[in-house]
Amino acid sequence: MAPKAATGRTSRNPDLIRGVGKFSRSKMYHKRGLWAIKAKNGGVFPKHDPKPAAAETPAKPPKFYPADDVKKPLANKRKHKPTKLRASITPGTVLILLAGRFMGKRVVFLKQLTSGLLLVTGPFKVNGVPLRRVNQSYVIATSTKVDISGVDLGKFDDQYFEKEAEKKKKKGEGEFFEAEKEEKKVLPDDKKDDQKTVDAQLIKSIEAVLDLKTYLSARFSLKSGMKPHELVF
Amino acid sequence: MEQQAQLKDGRVALVNYGKDYGKLVVIVDVLDQNRALINAPDMVRSQMNFKRLSLIDIKIDINRVPRKKSLIEAMEKADVKNKWENSSWGKKLIVQKRRAALNDFDRFKLMLAKIKKGGLIRQELAKLKKENAA
Repeated sequence: MAPKAATGRTSRNPDLIRGVGKFSRSKMYHKRGLWAIKAKNGGVFPKHDPKPAAAETPAKPPKFYPADDVKKPLANKRKHKPTKLRASITPGTVLILLAGRFMGKRVVFLKQLTSGLLLVTGPFKVNGVPLRRVNQSYVIATSTKVDISGVDLGKFDDQYFEKEAEKKKKKGEGEFFEAEKEEKKVLPDDKKDDQKTVDAQLIKSIEAVLDLKTYLSARFSLKSGMKPHELVF
Repeated sequence: MEQQAQLKDGRVALVNYGKDYGKLVVIVDVLDQNRALINAPDMVRSQMNFKRLSLIDIKIDINRVPRKKSLIEAMEKADVKNKWENSSWGKKLIVQKRRAALNDFDRFKLMLAKIKKGGLIRQELAKLKKENAA
């Protein structure tokens, strides 16, 4: 068979029905120009010599033969589609967090990370919510937007939020008790600075709107008579 | 007792149930004991049960089942829209709609305004109390 073209080429033989092509074998022979390829090659279809097989290293006999035949699970080649962001959530939208430590806090949306989570910040000075990842499902999007154009978000991705790999500790009885006391995690200074730079720009745009700062520092709660399905957020 | 809005051709009504909820329509004909033929500038002439209509205190001057064009002219002449929006019922409905469309931020600002207003009232009251006590 002729080698496939590098660019995805569709078949020259359209289907009339599934399994039945429009053109016969002889027609296809002509369409594919096999006569021209043969003519170029002196009446014979060109053959490529098989590539010299790479010198095989003598396979070592395995160290271990398992006692029972274990079946290998089928390979799963499914790929995740990127998480769809709700149309109501755009950079700069004020979101209401619905779960977790900051339940009820109104927070500014910055961008969606590759994992699908939303990057969000209080700003920290306003309501105590740091740069944080939040799931779209646990969020209500309001229609209030903050101007976010001056903020540089290039360095924030899922890697930034990964837990730092713990150093292996030797297990000695005396050391064990001492090590436990020093467990407190302190946020590294560069992360604190990141928070400050992001928030500096945001706070300027927030203070430009009347009452927006007090709005963001207050928590949302359902009061008597509020019907969530009737509320416009 | 005040005379109630009379059901006649030309009576303006408010739709209080169904797809056209909240619209002002004109009764252009009475079909039978339960139904009327209604028309409005932004809808096709159709029938509607009286139970779906609340009669309003406004009427316009038309013949039975006028053409759309003459209906619109008659409505302009009687100034239905302005009369409705200035009536107490109409004003209430407008406020209700406005409240329902409030944003979360708007509701917050409203709360701040109410607190401020209450504070001012209480200040004045305190002043008056002091004057009275003196």
